[in-house]
Amino acid sequence: MTDSIYREQILDHNKNPRNKGTLENPEFTYQDVNPLCGDEIRVDVQTNGDRVTEIRFSGRGCAISQAAASMLTEMVDGQTLDDVKAISREDLLEELGVPISPARMKCAMLGLKVLKAGIYGVPPADDAL
Amino acid sequence: MVSTLERPAVDWQQVRDDFPVLNSTNAKGQRLAFLDSAASSQKPESVIRALDSYYRESNANIHRGVYDLSERATEQYEAARGKVARFINAATDREIIFVRNTTEAINLVAQTWGRRNVGAGDLIVVTELDHHSNIIPWQLLAEDKGARLEAVRIDAYGRLDLEHLKELLRQSPKLVAFPHVSNALGTINPAAEVIALAHEAGAVVLVDAAQSVPHMPVDVQALDADFLALSGHKMLAPMGSGALYGKLALLDSMPPFMGGGGMIRKVTIGKSTWADVPARFEAGTPAVGDAIGLGAAVDYLSEIGMEHIQAHERLLTGNALEQLKNVPDVVVYGPPDVEDHAGVISFGLGDIHPHDVAAILNEENVAVRAGHHCCQPLMERLELPATTRASFYVYNDASDVDRLVDGLQRARTIFGA
Repeated sequence: MTDSIYREQILDHNKNPRNKGTLENPEFTYQDVNPLCGDEIRVDVQTNGDRVTEIRFSGRGCAISQAAASMLTEMVDGQTLDDVKAISREDLLEELGVPISPARMKCAMLGLKVLKAGIYGVPPADDAL
Repeated sequence: MVSTLERPAVDWQQVRDDFPVLNSTNAKGQRLAFLDSAASSQKPESVIRALDSYYRESNANIHRGVYDLSERATEQYEAARGKVARFINAATDREIIFVRNTTEAINLVAQTWGRRNVGAGDLIVVTELDHHSNIIPWQLLAEDKGARLEAVRIDAYGRLDLEHLKELLRQSPKLVAFPHVSNALGTINPAAEVIALAHEAGAVVLVDAAQSVPHMPVDVQALDADFLALSGHKMLAPMGSGALYGKLALLDSMPPFMGGGGMIRKVTIGKSTWADVPARFEAGTPAVGDAIGLGAAVDYLSEIGMEHIQAHERLLTGNALEQLKNVPDVVVYGPPDVEDHAGVISFGLGDIHPHDVAAILNEENVAVRAGHHCCQPLMERLELPATTRASFYVYNDASDVDRLVDGLQRARTIFGA
């Protein structure tokens, strides 16, 4: 199955997500959806003012979105907020280690988008009906 | 209508060979198994040729030029209108308005007939099965006019609850809009019955026929539809081609949709008068080549025969439903019987997300759709975030079904199910 983008690491993170859950009183929390797949991701973060001390993600969606979010939490745990802000799309793609097609890019990047929106304090989208 | 089933059997292999894109292969050398015709169909050589020869030999603006080229383009454009009219058995060619797609057809009715006839407190009825394109135009109209929008409920198999429809009809809705065939579940709705019930209640009826006209014989007069919307691109015709059918008396009573050239009789700065139907609703230079392509697609489909096409798809659907029963963890949504199930199969595969299923199928060059299929209210009603959908057309065969099933087994293996 080596020709599949669903390699061991992605399947493992999908099946056994790291840092899955929520924080009781997070310093900031943010969530968003990918309307294409209906992926939903929420990220809760605690810092000591400088570094990420605790991070949790929750949500549902395709394996790419969930595995990428799980990997992302491992990448940023203990990092400074400035380092987290500097994480690029390419950094996360490298971590994923499989070619992501343009159609799936939004799935792969949802966790990163949510995390950065939380750090920068982007007002949440008004999806309430 | 003479039964096309009496014609000689169709050479389905030849039909398949008429679609150049189906000969394409992926990097692994696997040919394309295209199972997403409910989204948009592939195009046969004859349609591609019609476009090509239009642009080589007959391209000019229509209805205005006095030179030969323009007359030829006009003649071909109007001939295509006639082909579409005969294809769905409209009473006259004038009942066919060329639009870009079903969405535009429905918006046209909402913004013309709707604006004129729907007022504050009036009821518009849609269904839980509807595509967003048959919900949002009515929602916009309702918001604008202070009208109410209600949806006919469905049962767990995605079939319309006719008792609930009757209940809503007792409130004398102005309009009932519903899909002939569900794009998400494949449900074939009892269109003639729904229309008759709605008419008894005094409602005007719009049929979203995007998923029926390409796949089965549709007769607007037998159905007694007031409006019927279709997409050319889902029936082998070019992208950007589609048509609205409307009963002539209704169309005649309607104000224009968009304003511009071609839709007027007399213009002054203060006031203008409108052209007759259908020109009144075709402002600006239309997609002439695409309409001619739609005519070529209608010729192609008629040559095979819509009854043959329906039978062919029913065979594939029955085969697929049967084979899917043998794939563990597959749950098929929609009607269980192939009789009320068009060639659209929506399913889930255990807890593997539909996008992952579709991505793994794509790795085997099997093209299916995954998502909410522009039916979020339906997905909400069925409590599903998304489904995987395979849909069939003239060019599909049993090998496509086999490859779908093999791909699903592969997905289970990869995900360790």
